Amino acid sequence: MTAMRAAFLDTTTALLDEDPRTALVLADISASQLAPAAHRHPDRVLNVGIREQLMVGVAGGLALTGLRPIVHSYATFLVDRAYEQIKLDLDHQGVGAVLVSIGASFDGSAEGRTHQSPGDVALFDSLGDGWTVRVPGHPDEVAPLLRNATATDDPVYLRLSEQRNAQAYPDADRLRVLRQGGTNAPLVVAVGPMLDPTLAATEGMDVTVAYTHTPRPLDTAGLRALAGTEVVLVEPYLAGTSSAIVSRAMADVPHRLLALGVGQTDLRRYGDPADHVRWHGLDASGLRRSISAFLRSARS
Amino acid sequence: MTTALTTETGSRLPGLLRRLTGDEKHAPSAHSTIDVLQVLYDRVLRITPETAGDPERNRFLLSKGHGPAAYYAVLAAHGFIPDAWLDDLAGPESRLGHHPDRLLVPGVEIGSGSLGHGLGLAVGTALGLRAQGLLTPRVYVLLGDAELDEGSNHEAIAYAGATGLENLTAVVVDNSSATHGWSGGIAGRFTVNGWTADTVDGRDHTGLYAALTGHRPRRPHLVVARVESKG
Repeated sequence: MTAMRAAFLDTTTALLDEDPRTALVLADISASQLAPAAHRHPDRVLNVGIREQLMVGVAGGLALTGLRPIVHSYATFLVDRAYEQIKLDLDHQGVGAVLVSIGASFDGSAEGRTHQSPGDVALFDSLGDGWTVRVPGHPDEVAPLLRNATATDDPVYLRLSEQRNAQAYPDADRLRVLRQGGTNAPLVVAVGPMLDPTLAATEGMDVTVAYTHTPRPLDTAGLRALAGTEVVLVEPYLAGTSSAIVSRAMADVPHRLLALGVGQTDLRRYGDPADHVRWHGLDASGLRRSISAFLRSARS
Repeated sequence: MTTALTTETGSRLPGLLRRLTGDEKHAPSAHSTIDVLQVLYDRVLRITPETAGDPERNRFLLSKGHGPAAYYAVLAAHGFIPDAWLDDLAGPESRLGHHPDRLLVPGVEIGSGSLGHGLGLAVGTALGLRAQGLLTPRVYVLLGDAELDEGSNHEAIAYAGATGLENLTAVVVDNSSATHGWSGGIAGRFTVNGWTADTVDGRDHTGLYAALTGHRPRRPHLVVARVESKG
């Protein structure tokens, strides 16, 4: 059991006990761990079996009656597979849910492409601007983000991963500066578990490093305040997912943007998550190579 | 087939439908769902514009969002929407489109159009009512026989049957439009999963009423309303 997933299970169990408005919809994943909660709240813990379309459809129905559904599975089954249910059974009905995924881009490296979802956050971008997307970088960020999400009726996606930073920053829904560069230094924005490799990669470089666990809505005011003319995004999902937002936010500022993240190609390789991190150039040395080349490449 | 219009809205529906279609010759019987909707709204659902937000209300979810003219006409006949809305179907300023949007049309419980979404939403609605102790209201969801091609329905059919979701009634209007048909019948797809089922003439209001109120304890209920083939 990974730490973020355990935090999700513990917090969800507590929320079901505390708030009769909370419901949980599962498609077998994590059902055994949540069996005690299901025993206590059989009408609000609903395991529909391996039926992800129904899982999200049921969440939409629950929300229509005024409950607050938490919906949980691997990212690829929850988001990629049930995308139209998210679009129509939640968004189009004008109701929200808290979608909580595990697996992220390649936690399931040994499982192969079928268990990987590097494109999940990009899919939420296709749904308009209503979704809040949380990508915690540390297990201790999970509980407050989940509690915050459950207290509203808004659509929220919480993307959990086995990748993690050494330190938690629960109050990083806006860009939080963790390393301050000089005046007009390049701004490097690290999302979620990309913080530690980003800090290691930029050691000794004159850059500002800012962290957030909330890429949607991205803190564009903070971005404009912190950015000079060079911006680097380091995201743990598809490279370039946030590029359009940065471009819009800085449309009136001449700037250069480097967007790092997971590549689009199916590598057709197994191995450990650390291998995939390296193959996608997201380890400290890979990031340092990319960022250094980008900063050197400016035409003078 | 009989086309007995048994209730007070029956006399108004042809005129309302003509406002939607602009077609003087188009008889109500051309609309496969009209009789089911009429019996539901006149005699079964007991919902009014005044109770459209009441947690205790019965829910009607139109899953088969295609061809909603009959639905809009029935909503107008029951005062959920002004008759005048019917004159500009899918116009640029119209709240009524070729598929209904719950945020635009009073009394509409779900927006639908893409097939295979209503039954899952209905299952969730039924579960949500039960979880809040709302044991009186019933959830009705209307599908088409061709809509059952979508696999998402079969996720919902199996789960609702296995869990004995007793406050749910699905109505399948069968006009034999599924490309590959349903060899062995539609009802069997449900009953094999634990549903009860009644198959009736979809133009016979007496039979429809009996079937639509014919649910039994601890089982979800299916009504197959057979109408003339789409041809």
